[in-house]
Amino acid sequence: MLDSLVFVLAGTLAAATPLILAAMGELVVEKSGVLNLSIEGMMATGAATGFVVATQTDSTVAGFAMAALAAMLLSLIFAILALGFLASQVATGLAVGILGLGVSVLIGKDFEGTTIKPLEKVDLGFLSDLPLLGEVLFAQDVVVYLGIASVVLVSFVLNRTKLGLVIRAVGESPEAANSIGYPVLLVRTCAIAFGGAMAGLGGAHLTLSYTPLWAEGLVAGRGWIVVALVVFGTWQAPRIAIGAYLFGAVSLIELFVQGQGFAIPSQLMSAMPYIITIVVLAAISRNPRVVRLNYPASLGLPYLRSE
Amino acid sequence: MTGFKIIPRSQSSFLAQLLVPVAAIVLTLLAGSVFFTLLGKSPLASFYAFFIEPLTSRYGIGEVLLKMGPLLLIAQGLAIGFRARVWNIGAEGQLLLGAIAAGAIALQFELSDSVWLLPSMILAGTLAGAGWAAIAAFLRTRFNANEILVTFMLSSIALQLLYYLVSGPLRDPMGMSFPQSAMFGDAAMFSPLLSGTRVNTSLFLGLVATLLAWIFVQRSMPGYKLLVSGLAPGAAGYAGFAANRAVWLGLLIGGAAAGMAGVAEVAGPLGLLQRNISPGYGFAAIIVAFLGGLHPIGIVFAAFFMALIYVGGDMSLVSVGLPNASTTIFQGMLLVFYLACYLFVNHRIQRQVASGTVASAEVGGSDADHTGSGATGHA
Repeated sequence: MLDSLVFVLAGTLAAATPLILAAMGELVVEKSGVLNLSIEGMMATGAATGFVVATQTDSTVAGFAMAALAAMLLSLIFAILALGFLASQVATGLAVGILGLGVSVLIGKDFEGTTIKPLEKVDLGFLSDLPLLGEVLFAQDVVVYLGIASVVLVSFVLNRTKLGLVIRAVGESPEAANSIGYPVLLVRTCAIAFGGAMAGLGGAHLTLSYTPLWAEGLVAGRGWIVVALVVFGTWQAPRIAIGAYLFGAVSLIELFVQGQGFAIPSQLMSAMPYIITIVVLAAISRNPRVVRLNYPASLGLPYLRSE
Repeated sequence: MTGFKIIPRSQSSFLAQLLVPVAAIVLTLLAGSVFFTLLGKSPLASFYAFFIEPLTSRYGIGEVLLKMGPLLLIAQGLAIGFRARVWNIGAEGQLLLGAIAAGAIALQFELSDSVWLLPSMILAGTLAGAGWAAIAAFLRTRFNANEILVTFMLSSIALQLLYYLVSGPLRDPMGMSFPQSAMFGDAAMFSPLLSGTRVNTSLFLGLVATLLAWIFVQRSMPGYKLLVSGLAPGAAGYAGFAANRAVWLGLLIGGAAAGMAGVAEVAGPLGLLQRNISPGYGFAAIIVAFLGGLHPIGIVFAAFFMALIYVGGDMSLVSVGLPNASTTIFQGMLLVFYLACYLFVNHRIQRQVASGTVASAEVGGSDADHTGSGATGHA
């Protein structure tokens, strides 16, 4: 029983990490007033790039770095269209998302179904040897801790720093931000690039640690769950992280239940994350006051600078 | 200092609206040649295999028409919602529900030779697609839940539902435990339309949908009102048309069309239920709807081109060895270029010269062309 508990809890942290990384990126993007729906495609591109680079160079660091870079490049296409060409952000997100899925298949085509040695777990000496706690908290790979750090960092920057104030100002009212001299398009472009890099890292964590293999369609809707998580967390980093852990737990319970041979159709378990997303989304969204409190007022609206 | 400035048009340019899809296709083809070259393939040979070869044989043309059917049907339905900015991105799932409902009836009445079998399958599939979309409409209007996310999640759920049914309740008992159903009877299938091809009479469903969409959008009051609520939320309220009704109507029509397309797939080229029913028609149709300018006639051309990309992708896989990701990449590029070019429908670019004199260099049509509506854009 203890073993199962460790399996589920430790697995939850690992499974939540790709979601957290990508969601922290998307949070910053949305706080700057931009809705980027292409997370799924960017995560897939990061997942494939990270896997291929790590396999070829034997360096997971290089894998993660190139994954971030590749997804960031993709996000810049989004930025050019949505900011430069004033295109509908919803449609642009779909376009870049489809492009990203295609690119990921292309990048990974010679590696379909191959595996890689997963990212090593840290060894914190006696801490890692603690029963339960040690195995759950202190024997994860380093990116899991980076994910947690990103929550603290993004939360701090957005709420406690000048930079965060500028990002939020741009997201609330680009016109007002522009009139007091903030470079709206620059801030938004940087936010989008950051979001792309984070989605790429999240994707790479999937292929380099969580699965650890490459297969077409491996992101499996996580990019969309990330977008939903930002709504669940009502645009607050710690709440988004809690949501991500909830989803991590759901996907682990799925594995656990299948392992135990309960008579529940595996397809029902596979559909569970999506069902829960819909239910929670409806439950959170029904209270407009909660949603509006932290909702960036200009989210998704095109912005044309006036002189 | 010379610079360029984006200036909103007072009225959107009709000429630009016509030119934008053409420009998007041309740019996609150009980028495609670069892409082929990067892959180490001859751009000309790849080009031929992708875009010309499918149209050189009876079979190829048949395949293009076969794939055009569902794309046309779904895109016509989606475009009506998109005009009102109701973002249904879950047509793939609605299609699957249509396929499941039609399949369940076909399997239940396996031995029937009634002429009413196929019509009742079409009806059931259409209702099932609309019903699946209705969940999103209900959650959006009642709980304010974002329909983009809900329709996407519903698609993923629909796929799992299909997997469950074909490996359980609807699996062929004689099928050696393959995850697929028994073959449908002849009465449950659309009849062939052209000999030597797989095209069937379900193509007419897409054409009828086009006609209906055209009447709906151009002639009828609800069409007009959807347009209004999409372009100017305030004005729609003024017109007394509740935004909720636009959400319901947009999603139900899109879901119904996608469900019908699902029937056409299983009662057409497939003839049974299996795990793979649609090669992403529901997502590709989103691109078709945009590329067609959300206009019923434009969508016909866009659906044809998208079908060509599908068939070209398959054919070039064999003949030139292009990777199977090409189709998806082309789809993405098409929408990217379309959205970039769309800027010129509602804006013009003005070149600014140092001394304050303004040299007007308009791109993409002149202001003299008026149709469309205001400087707001369709999306």
